[in-house]
Amino acid sequence: MSDRRSIRGPAVGFVLIVGLVGLLAFLLARGVGLERAAPPIEELTFDRIELPEPGRIVLHVMNGGIDPVTIHQAIVDDAVWAFTIEPDPTVGRLRRARVEIPYPWVEGEAHEIVLVSQTGVTFDAAIEVAAETPQATAGWFLRLGFLGLYVGVVPVALGLATYPFLSRLGPRGIDFVLALTVGLLVFLAIDTMAESLELAGEAAGALHAVELVWIVALATTVGLVAFTARRRARRGSISPEALAGFIALGIGIHNLGEGLAIGSALAVGAVGLGTFLVVGFTLHNVTEGIGIAAPLLRGNPRPVHFVGLALLAGGPAILGAWIGGFVFNPFWASVFLAVGAGAILQVVWEVGRLVVLRDVPGGAWRGEVLAGGALGLALMYATALLVPA
Amino acid sequence: MESPRSENGGEGPAGISRRALLKGGALAAAAGGVAVLGGATLSTGQSRLRPRVEVPHLHGAGGGGPVADITPGGFDPTAFASEFDPGRVSTLPDGRTLREYDFVAQDREIEVAPGVWFPAWTYNGRVPGPTIRCTEGDRLRVRFANAGSHAHTIHFHGFHPANMDGVFEQVEPGGSFVYEFDADPFGLHLYHCHTTPLRRHIHKGLYGAFIVDPPGGRTPAREYVLVMNGFDTNFDNGNEFYSVNTVAFHYMRHPLPAVVGERVRLYVVNVLEFDLLNSLHVHANFFDVYRTGTRLEPDEFTDTVMFCQGERHVLELEFRHPGRIMFHAHQSEFAELGWMGFFDVRPA
Repeated sequence: MSDRRSIRGPAVGFVLIVGLVGLLAFLLARGVGLERAAPPIEELTFDRIELPEPGRIVLHVMNGGIDPVTIHQAIVDDAVWAFTIEPDPTVGRLRRARVEIPYPWVEGEAHEIVLVSQTGVTFDAAIEVAAETPQATAGWFLRLGFLGLYVGVVPVALGLATYPFLSRLGPRGIDFVLALTVGLLVFLAIDTMAESLELAGEAAGALHAVELVWIVALATTVGLVAFTARRRARRGSISPEALAGFIALGIGIHNLGEGLAIGSALAVGAVGLGTFLVVGFTLHNVTEGIGIAAPLLRGNPRPVHFVGLALLAGGPAILGAWIGGFVFNPFWASVFLAVGAGAILQVVWEVGRLVVLRDVPGGAWRGEVLAGGALGLALMYATALLVPA
Repeated sequence: MESPRSENGGEGPAGISRRALLKGGALAAAAGGVAVLGGATLSTGQSRLRPRVEVPHLHGAGGGGPVADITPGGFDPTAFASEFDPGRVSTLPDGRTLREYDFVAQDREIEVAPGVWFPAWTYNGRVPGPTIRCTEGDRLRVRFANAGSHAHTIHFHGFHPANMDGVFEQVEPGGSFVYEFDADPFGLHLYHCHTTPLRRHIHKGLYGAFIVDPPGGRTPAREYVLVMNGFDTNFDNGNEFYSVNTVAFHYMRHPLPAVVGERVRLYVVNVLEFDLLNSLHVHANFFDVYRTGTRLEPDEFTDTVMFCQGERHVLELEFRHPGRIMFHAHQSEFAELGWMGFFDVRPA
């Protein structure tokens, strides 16, 4: 009996594989019988538009559809314009191309670009405010880096500096601050996920970025929860310093997104907007520092911890500003942000445990917990209003 | 940074979203990155086999106008401009001239700009259809067969009985009809399909010029037919490309010849859809306008003339100076989307 089963298993598997391969081969060779009814679906997304110098527009496009797309004409502001496309006018599925149009764009004004395919399908892109794309010079690199520092590292450090005041709080005060942190983090998780989904919507359809970012966020949360649970099982508990580290990591990835926003705003010449973003994010991020400091109230942190945490949470803003300013790809940006959202959700779980699982009179839903959570959400929302939205 | 044009715009500079900035950071947003083709291909195999349009590398300033030229061997707007179809001519028992034509409606993909193909409905496989040329009082007999995928008719402008009007006698695919009437009055007319939905049947290519000469004919001249049309290649009820005689910018690349001091007569018909008005402007010269061509005295002396949908005029001019003389719609948008060309005026 068992012998027979051991033979039957591989045999069944073999038949299944042969059947599947056969079916696929048949479908690919003969079609699914819908070919005449279904015209080719052409899709082209614009990854990036650059204005490297006056009189030149460069487009980076990607074919996210099922069929190859052949671009034969370009129209800028309702005028057919000469252009070159490399490596080839025919862009295969998931392939990219670079289109260059020698068009005299006008500083500070809007332009509209239409690429026309062989079948007459049009793909539109808009330049909202035309400005020369900054070239990757050392000075620009430094400027963006400093902005990331102002937006990320400095405010988080300021928030962490509230630790001496927080450490004078009694147990109820600490619960309040921890609950406040949960509120802050819930807001950040939602905000990051919303951003990720919007970028995913811009990425090429064939990449299925919207589905992917949900999976990435969930996998990140589950993975980190499992990691800390196993660590806790091995070592008995998670140190408050480690927990603060997890929070800082999640917030760091979130701040990468903020850096992207600032870097890319400046790269398109929206300098005034960049300034608004900087002011808004700076205030916003001070509250993040408080959130990171909160679990430390239950530990014995040393100064080196604070420096490390500030860099971990704020540093990615510098990286984000560089990425936003020089290279930007909606697909990878959305995946990055989804990782950030997942990581933040995991720390919501961990910090929430600290507050809710404590065996104290009044139970999980004590007044200070509810008030702290609500205030955390309200604070984040209020400071978010300072960011141009 | 949403431009007023973008779909989710409508907010001024103050209403900038952080997302828009991120998008802007994509260095501008792909407003409509995804487009789905609505039934634009007749035969999928065909498109794969089309000759490749070579996209040259640009040198120098580049500029307006399309890249490359249309595929050789297809419809030739240069030949079309001076092709007049007299039909099969015979004499009726009463001594009058009978002109017989065979028109076949066919679905066909046509090239409307270099490398850009449009699924057209055509008379005799081309857009515009043949230019009918006859004399006032001739008997016309047009045998129409529908080999297309939809019902069609031919509706001629001019005097004719109600049952020859191409409105009620819809010709289904596989069907046929014979239009028979006298050419009257003399002038520049047009014919087009009159099946509903009208706009689609016309803009997909079922139209042509219908010239009825006055009994004594017109004065000798170098004559060109210019049918002003446009193509909505993505079916959004707006034209992507504009032209005279179908191919965008054709007469920029292949100017129409003329000679200083020689009479040039232009038969200009406007069949543009979606846009209410069209116009024609000739640079550096003035012309006589014979409105609808129905009188032998000019109505106007000008360098720019306006055309409503279906309006047409005979224009006559003599070039004073040699060189490349531009002509185009004075709607700059139409001009830069393809309705622009040159006369190549040589010394006498």
